[in-house]
Amino acid sequence: MQDYGKFKYLVYIILFLLTIFFLLPMYVLFATSFKSFAEVSRQAMWLLPSEYTLAAFAEAYTRLIPHLRNSLVLVIPSTLISAMLGSLNGYVLSEWKFRGSDTIFALLLFGMFIPYQSILVPLVRFLQTIGLYGSLQGLIFVHIVYGIPITTLIFRNYYSDVPSSLTEAAKVDGAGIFRVYSKIFFPISIPAFVVVIIWQFTNIWNEFLFAVTITQTPAQQPITVALNNLAGSQVVQWNVQMSGAILTALPTLLVYIIFGRYFIRGILAGSVKG
Amino acid sequence: MRYQVKEKLLSVGILAPSMLAIGVFVYGFIGRTIQVSLTDWNDIVSFMQGEFDFVGLQNYLRLFNDSRFITGLWNNLFFMLFFILGALALGIMMAVFINDKPRGHFIFQNIYLFPMAVSFVVTGTVWRWIFAPGSPRSPRGINMLFAQLGRPELMWRWFTSTFSIGPFNIALVTIIIAAVWQFSGYTMAMWLAGLRGIPEQLIEAARIDGASKWQIFTRILFPMQKAITLSAIILMAHISLKAFDLVYVMTGSGPNNVTDIPAVYMYETTFRGNNYSRGAGISIILLMMVGILIIPYLINTFGEE
Repeated sequence: MQDYGKFKYLVYIILFLLTIFFLLPMYVLFATSFKSFAEVSRQAMWLLPSEYTLAAFAEAYTRLIPHLRNSLVLVIPSTLISAMLGSLNGYVLSEWKFRGSDTIFALLLFGMFIPYQSILVPLVRFLQTIGLYGSLQGLIFVHIVYGIPITTLIFRNYYSDVPSSLTEAAKVDGAGIFRVYSKIFFPISIPAFVVVIIWQFTNIWNEFLFAVTITQTPAQQPITVALNNLAGSQVVQWNVQMSGAILTALPTLLVYIIFGRYFIRGILAGSVKG
Repeated sequence: MRYQVKEKLLSVGILAPSMLAIGVFVYGFIGRTIQVSLTDWNDIVSFMQGEFDFVGLQNYLRLFNDSRFITGLWNNLFFMLFFILGALALGIMMAVFINDKPRGHFIFQNIYLFPMAVSFVVTGTVWRWIFAPGSPRSPRGINMLFAQLGRPELMWRWFTSTFSIGPFNIALVTIIIAAVWQFSGYTMAMWLAGLRGIPEQLIEAARIDGASKWQIFTRILFPMQKAITLSAIILMAHISLKAFDLVYVMTGSGPNNVTDIPAVYMYETTFRGNNYSRGAGISIILLMMVGILIIPYLINTFGEE
C-alpha cells in the first residue's frame, strides 16, 4: 500500500464507499424486517426500527417453512448425485482419454451456457409424459441433468492437475479404471467435492426459472418461488417480505461465510482454464 | 496392452448416462424447440394434444415486427452494455486495490463478493424496495430519502419511468445497479486470481524504473489481464441475456415494457399466454445470441488442449 503515497487515503475512502454500496441492501433487509407493519409504511422507512419486533420474522417463518423444507429436499439429492456424476465423468475425461473424448467434453460443457428457455417447453412436456411435472422429484431430476456440465468441468480440471505418472504407474501395474478411481482419485477428491457441493448447493437453492415453471402447486414450491409469491399479496407487507428474503438468503450466506475460499474456486471454475 | 479395449469400453460406459442425458435434454430439446418455433402451436388445447402445423419462419418474422420484442432486445442490449461496464470498472478497481493488501483487505474482499452467494430473487426483492418510487405525495424508497433531505426535485419514477434517451429506457438504470451490485465481485475474483499469477519481479522492475501506479496498471496489469477481462466480459454478456430472475422479480416488464427483456417475454408468452411457438422462437433467438458469444469462447478456452 505504501506506494500510493498521498492517494492512500483516497483508496481507503473508495473502499469504504464501496462497502456502503454493498452493505446497503443488507441494512435495508435488517432494518425493515425487525419493524412492525405499522412502522414500515411510515416516514421512518430508512431508519432503524424504533421498536424491534420479531413479528415479521414469525409470520415469514410460518409461511415459508414448508418451502424451506422443499428447498432442502430438492438441494440435497440433486447436489450429491450431480457431484458424483461429475466426479466420474471428470475422471474419465481427464485420465482415460480416448479419441473423441475432448469433443464429448466440449459438447457437455455447452450445456451449462444455454439459456434454459430454449429447452423449457420440451422439458415441461417430457415431465408431463413421465408424470413428474409439478413435483419436486421432477425438479430434482432437472437439476441433476443440467448440473452435469459444471460438475464435470470442475472435477476434470481438478484431476488434470494430478501428475499423470501416478495414473500411468497404476495402469502398468494392471489396475483397472474403477480401481484407479477408488484407490487414487476418489480419496484425493475431497477438496473438489467441497467446491462442487458448495457450488451446486448455492446455485440450486437460488435457482428460480426451473422452479417457477416446473413446480405448480404451492405445496411443492421451493423457497425462491415462495418468496416471490409473498410479493403477490394485495397489501405489500415489506417487513414480512424482507424477513422472508433473509430466511431465503441465510443458508447460502452461511455456506459463503464458512466456506468462502471454496466458493471462490467454484466461481472461477467456469471461467479460468484448468 | 491387453486391457485397453475393456477399459475403453468402460470409459465410454461411465460417460454414457451423462452423454445420453445431455444429448437428449440439451441438444434433442433444442432441436425440438426449433421445430416448435416453426409451427403455429399457440393454444392450450393443441398443447395438450400435441397438434400443430408448420408455418415456416412466420413466428420469427412476427417477432421482428413485434414492438414488445424489439423493445426487449434494445433493453437487453443496453442492460448488457452498462452492466458489463459497471461490473468491470468496479470489479477491476476493487481487485487492484485489494491486491495491494490495504488494511482489512480480507474483510473488504468478502463484503464485495458476498452478493454472488445470494439469489437473484432476494436481490430483486431488496432493490425493488429501494427503488420503489411511491407517489409524489407519499414517496417511497430513495424518493422518500430525497424528500426528507429537502431535495424533492431529485425524485423520479425509477423503474416505472417511461422516459427514454433514444432507444435507451432510463428505467433500466435500476436493474443495472442491482446487477452490478451482484456481479462486481465476480470480476474482482477473476482479476484477483489473475493478478496473483503476475510475477512480483515484473512489477518491482517497473517500479524501480520509476513507473507510477497508474502506468503499472495501464501498461502492465491491464495488458496481461486481457484474456481474463475478455472471459469476464463474455461470461457476463451471456448472464445478462439469461437474467430472467432478476428482472422478473424486481420490475417485471414494466409500463410500456421499459424494463422488459426477451427472457421475460418468453416466459410470459409461453406459460401465461400459451403461445408456445412464439416463446420457442424467442428462446431460439436468445440461444443464437448466447451461441455467438460462447462457442468461440469454448473453442478458444478448451479446444486447444
